[in-house]
Amino acid sequence: MQESGELGWGADLQGGEPYVYESPTQPGVIIGFEVEIADALARELGVRAKFHQNDWSNLIPSLERGDFDLALNGLEDTPARRARLRLSRPYFVYGETLAVRIGSKLHTLAALSGRRIGTLNQTVAQDLLQAQHAEVVLYEGQQEPYMDLSHGRVEGVLLDHVIADRYGCGQPGLSCVKQDLARGTYVIGMRPSDVELATRVDAALSRLIDSGELRRILEHWRLWDARQEELGGRAPAPVAAPPQAVVAATPAAPLVATKPTLSAAQLGLFVHGALLTILISLCAFGFALPFGVLLAVIRAHGGRTSRFLATAYVELFRGTPVLLQLYVLYYGLSSLIRLGPIEAAILGLGLNYAAYEAEVHRGALAALPRGQAEAASSLGLSRVQVLRHVLLPQSMRIALPALTNDFVALLKDSSLVSVITVVELTKRMTIVAVELRDWVVPGLLCAGMYFAMSFPLSRLSLWLERRYQSA
Amino acid sequence: MIRITGLHKAFAGSAVLGGIDATVAEGKIVALLGASGSGKSTLLRCLNGLETFDAGTLEIAGFSLKPGAHDARTLHALRAKVGMVFQEFHLFSHLSVLDNVTLAPRIARGTARTKAEAHARELLAQVGLAERAHAMPRELSGGQKQRVAIARALAQGVAVLLLDEPTSALDPELREEVREVLRKVARGAHGASGAGLTILLVTHEHALARELADEIWTLAAGKIEGISRTP
Repeated sequence: MQESGELGWGADLQGGEPYVYESPTQPGVIIGFEVEIADALARELGVRAKFHQNDWSNLIPSLERGDFDLALNGLEDTPARRARLRLSRPYFVYGETLAVRIGSKLHTLAALSGRRIGTLNQTVAQDLLQAQHAEVVLYEGQQEPYMDLSHGRVEGVLLDHVIADRYGCGQPGLSCVKQDLARGTYVIGMRPSDVELATRVDAALSRLIDSGELRRILEHWRLWDARQEELGGRAPAPVAAPPQAVVAATPAAPLVATKPTLSAAQLGLFVHGALLTILISLCAFGFALPFGVLLAVIRAHGGRTSRFLATAYVELFRGTPVLLQLYVLYYGLSSLIRLGPIEAAILGLGLNYAAYEAEVHRGALAALPRGQAEAASSLGLSRVQVLRHVLLPQSMRIALPALTNDFVALLKDSSLVSVITVVELTKRMTIVAVELRDWVVPGLLCAGMYFAMSFPLSRLSLWLERRYQSA
Repeated sequence: MIRITGLHKAFAGSAVLGGIDATVAEGKIVALLGASGSGKSTLLRCLNGLETFDAGTLEIAGFSLKPGAHDARTLHALRAKVGMVFQEFHLFSHLSVLDNVTLAPRIARGTARTKAEAHARELLAQVGLAERAHAMPRELSGGQKQRVAIARALAQGVAVLLLDEPTSALDPELREEVREVLRKVARGAHGASGAGLTILLVTHEHALARELADEIWTLAAGKIEGISRTP
C-alpha cells in the first residue's frame, strides 16, 4: 500500500444500493456509503482509494490472493471470519430483519425451523437459519429473495435491515418483523499478515467515528439510526484477531494449522450436488430432444407460418445467452408462471437446448438421401409414417455423435442454474471451496464428478455408433 | 390396366412430357425405351403419384389421377396396388431385409407381423434371398439389394409394377441375377397363376426389353415416338 500510494479495496457492485454500486445517473461512477468510507479511510491514511470489482462470494479468497488490501462490502463479523482474517473495528451495526408475507405467523428465529427461508450466501443470516434447521434457499442478489417471497417460493427472507428496508419491507404484500432477530456489525477484512495495516485502519476508523465523519456519511445515506449508537461506545475490536495467532510464532502459520479439511458431510453434499446435476441434465435433455426433433421436422416439412415460427424460435434461443433465459424464466415471468427453481432450471435448459437439437436434427434429416422418403411414400406410408418409421430412425443415428456432444455440454451448462438458487455440483464446489479456503481439492473433486458423469456417456455413444455400423 | 390420356408435365416451364396417350392392357408387359431426359422416369413417377402433372388423366389399377395435387387418401389406396422399384434400390438402411419387405404391409396396411413375415419369406424365396432375411442392406451386393427392392414392391399384392431402370446402377456382372428375377416375375404375369400383373419397365437394355415385353414404347422429347409389338 505504502509503495503504491494506493489503498486497494474490493467489493461487488452487484451488492447494489446503498453499499457500492454504479451511479444510475452517471454510468461508470461508483457510489455508495462504503465508497465514502473507503475514501475517508484513504484520506486518513494519506493514500488514494482504489476500487476493485470482485464477485461477493469470492471476496475473501481474492483478498487472500492479494488482489486488494481491504474487503469492504457488508462483511459481517463472525467467528469463522475472525479465525481466518484480520477484522477491523465495526463501521456499521445491522439488525437481522425477517420479511414475511402479510398475515404470516413467523415472527421469531425459533419459528423458522423446517421452513423454507431465503437469504444471501455466506451471511450470518445463513448460519442463523442453519442453526435453526430451516430449509435455507441461497441467492446471489438481494432483490430476488423478496421476489420469491412475494410469489410464495419461500416463506420468509432473513437479511440485514439495510437490505430488508430497501428491497423487501416496502414491497406490496410483504411486511417485516419489527424486532431485530439478531444484531451484528460490518467490519473490514484484511489479510492476517497485514498487522500494521490493520492497526492503522482501526486507528483511522476510530478517528472517523470520533470526528463524526462516519455519522455524517451514514446520515447522508439515511443509514444512521439508534443501532449505530453502539458504534461509538463499543471498544475497538480485538485487532490481534485470530486467537490462534496469539500462540503462533508468525501470523500466517496458524492458518495452515487450522485449515479445515473436507468433511464427510461436505462430501455427502457434493454427491447430492452431482445427483442434482445429473437429474436436471437428464430431464432437460429429455425435454430438449423430442422438442428439438419436432422443431426440425416442422422446419423441414411444415407450412410457411409454422416454418417461420420454428426458425424464429431456434434463432431466438440460440442467439441469446442461456443465463439470460434462466433469469427471464425464473424472475421475469414469475408473475405469469410460478415455477420452482428445479422446474425452472429444467425448463430453461430444455428450451435452450431444444434450439440446438433442432439444428442437429435438421442437418441429420437433410443428410438422408431423398430416395428414402420417396421409396417409403411409394409404398403407401403416410407423411407421418415416413418420418416415424424411415427418416427419424436413420437421422437419429447420424445425429448420435452430436447428441452426445450436446448432452455433455448440457451437463456442464447446468452449473448456470445456480443463478436461480439451485445448489448443483459447481455451486456446491464454490461454497465448499470458500469454506475450506482451498480450490484445489474441491475443484478436483468437482471435475472428477463431472468426468464420472460424462465419460460413461461418451463410451455409450461410441458403443451405439459401432453397434449401428455392424449388427 | 394403365390408360394415359393427354399427359403433360413441365418442370420450371420446360416441358418434360408433351402429351402422352397410351394404354397398357391388364397382364401385359411394356418396356419403355428412350434416351436420358426423354421423360421415361418422370412418366413412371407420375403413375405412382410421386410427381403431379399439369394436364391429362391417368387411370391405373382402377384409380384415376387428375392434374394438380393428389389427395392423400387416393395415393394411399393407389400405392397398395401399384409397386415401384427404383434405379438406386432405396432400401431402408436401418431395417433388415425382412423388415424392409414387411414395413409397408405392417405399417401402411395394418397386416399382422406373422402374416406379413410369412408372405415376405415367400417373396424372398422367389428372388433367391431366403437365407438373407436377417441381413442388413449394407451387407448385400447391389444385385441382392435390387432383388430385395423387387420383393418389397410386390409385398402388398400389387396389380401394377413400375420398374425404373432396375439394372442401370449395377455392375454388368450383377445384372444377370436381377434379369433372372425379372424373368420370373414376368412369367408369373403371363402364367395362369399370375393374376394379371401389369408391368411397365423403363430400361436401356434393348435385349431385355425384347425378351420380356409384349410391347416396346420408344420415348423421345416427352412424346411416344413409336410402339412396336414383340413376337
